[in-house]
Amino acid sequence: MMMEFCADPKALEGLQWMACYLTTPKHFQFYFSFIIVLTLIFVTAPVVMLLGFGGALARRSDFLPLKLLGNVYTSMVRGVPDIIFFLFVPIAMDQGIEYLRHKTLCPEVTEPVYRGNDFVVCPPAKMPLGDAAQWVHETWGFVLAVIAFALVFGAFAANTIYGALDAVPRAQLETARAYGMNDRQTFWRIHLPQMWTYALPGLSNLWMILIKATPLLFLLGIEDIVYWARELGGSKTSFFEYPHPDWRVWYFLALLIFYLTFTWLSEKVFNRLTARANPGQSTMGNMGQNLRLEAGR
Amino acid sequence: MRKLILAAVIAAVSAGTAYAQQTVRMGTEGAYEPYNFINDKGEIDGFEREVGDKLCEIAGYKCEWVKNDWDSIIPNLLSGNYDTIMAGMSITDERKEKIDFTQNYFPPTASAYMALKGTSADAIKGNVAAQVNTIQAGYVAESGATLVEFSIADETVAAVKNGEADAVFADKDYLQKIVDESGGELVFIGDDIPLGGGVGMGIRKSDTEMRDKFDAAITQMKGDGSLNAMIEKWFKIKNAY
Repeated sequence: MMMEFCADPKALEGLQWMACYLTTPKHFQFYFSFIIVLTLIFVTAPVVMLLGFGGALARRSDFLPLKLLGNVYTSMVRGVPDIIFFLFVPIAMDQGIEYLRHKTLCPEVTEPVYRGNDFVVCPPAKMPLGDAAQWVHETWGFVLAVIAFALVFGAFAANTIYGALDAVPRAQLETARAYGMNDRQTFWRIHLPQMWTYALPGLSNLWMILIKATPLLFLLGIEDIVYWARELGGSKTSFFEYPHPDWRVWYFLALLIFYLTFTWLSEKVFNRLTARANPGQSTMGNMGQNLRLEAGR
Repeated sequence: MRKLILAAVIAAVSAGTAYAQQTVRMGTEGAYEPYNFINDKGEIDGFEREVGDKLCEIAGYKCEWVKNDWDSIIPNLLSGNYDTIMAGMSITDERKEKIDFTQNYFPPTASAYMALKGTSADAIKGNVAAQVNTIQAGYVAESGATLVEFSIADETVAAVKNGEADAVFADKDYLQKIVDESGGELVFIGDDIPLGGGVGMGIRKSDTEMRDKFDAAITQMKGDGSLNAMIEKWFKIKNAY
């Protein structure tokens, strides 16, 4: 990617220097980290919705153990500070999986896994294996991060969906029953479609919070945009090819613009979704729309 | 034909395992030049990268470098995310309770106070910035000054420049270049203070074999002068050992 005139950074000036500086391989790692963050958001969101529906339906279930599971999941995860979960889940999962693999793959090792301060599993039990390429290690870390994010946000989504399912007017469901629909039909044709108008404000909040929570990725050892902004922005002595003073403010400004643009676009999308969920509903949202239409006439 | 391919694959795989070197994952911070830093190619570079690669070559390991932030660098070694720490980490008794060290590959050095030009020498009793979990932070806390901690070294320097702290206390080797290139804006104040037992490679206590191999490799590099050459290249210090 490097342009030819960038070969000798010390001889460069002004715009040329800047063009070369912004196209160093290190900067491309920074640009790539935006993709990592976006991937995290777009991979996590569907998993959050799945967990949310699972949790909400579990809580509404007549089957007691399932109901308890749903209740414990939503109240426990919502009751513990996010950051503790973000730190706990990946470590616990990583060590738990390595421990199980150690027990199954290396039964001949008699020494304990916990030796003093050390957590030692046999080499074949390592996750990923010690000789795996660095990108495998990074992908594994990313997967753990997605699971941690999904678990936390899934609990909030479960509560939102649970509440939204309860908010659908009872008369709607009774009418469905009167038309001869069975439970399944009532749920898929009447209950679920009408739920969205109540769930969307809560879910849009979650989406925004998910976007804003992505800087926590760095806590999990993933080099996200905040890591690179801080690393690139810090003052650089002549050990580096492109020395410069403290430029963190510019890099963080770029992040600010990125997050604002992203949340602004998200809001537009959610406004559309809300508008689509409104028609035909016996809610103020829908009435408001009707009134606006009339005023427009 | 199929059998032939299969035979070739088996031969290749078994040859691979026969000569497979053990992979050692080398943990470092990447934000403490010239010990270790991320260069403009985005690679881990610096004195420790050069020494570490050479040590691995001597010890017969295949080495892979891993970045980890300073604050969690010991816990993540213990939980097995990587196998060694080469991050400008001084050998201290406190750290030795958790991990083992090889012999030092960089001699005990001076730490120094740096402040804006014209700052009085009393600044070392004021608000002093240091990186969290360093021997310098420990020293400042006991010196009677107010310790202001930061997660990376560069932020301690920024704190002095913007007036958040009166002085920064860090390895003199780290600060030297910053002072030299500040155009007189930043100066050393007070006396240099020798701290720590030199910089060593941190290794889990259970990895005794690896520690011995690296120890022997360091001895060899000290003996043949190659370590001195690297120290001179990065730190301009002659005949360190």
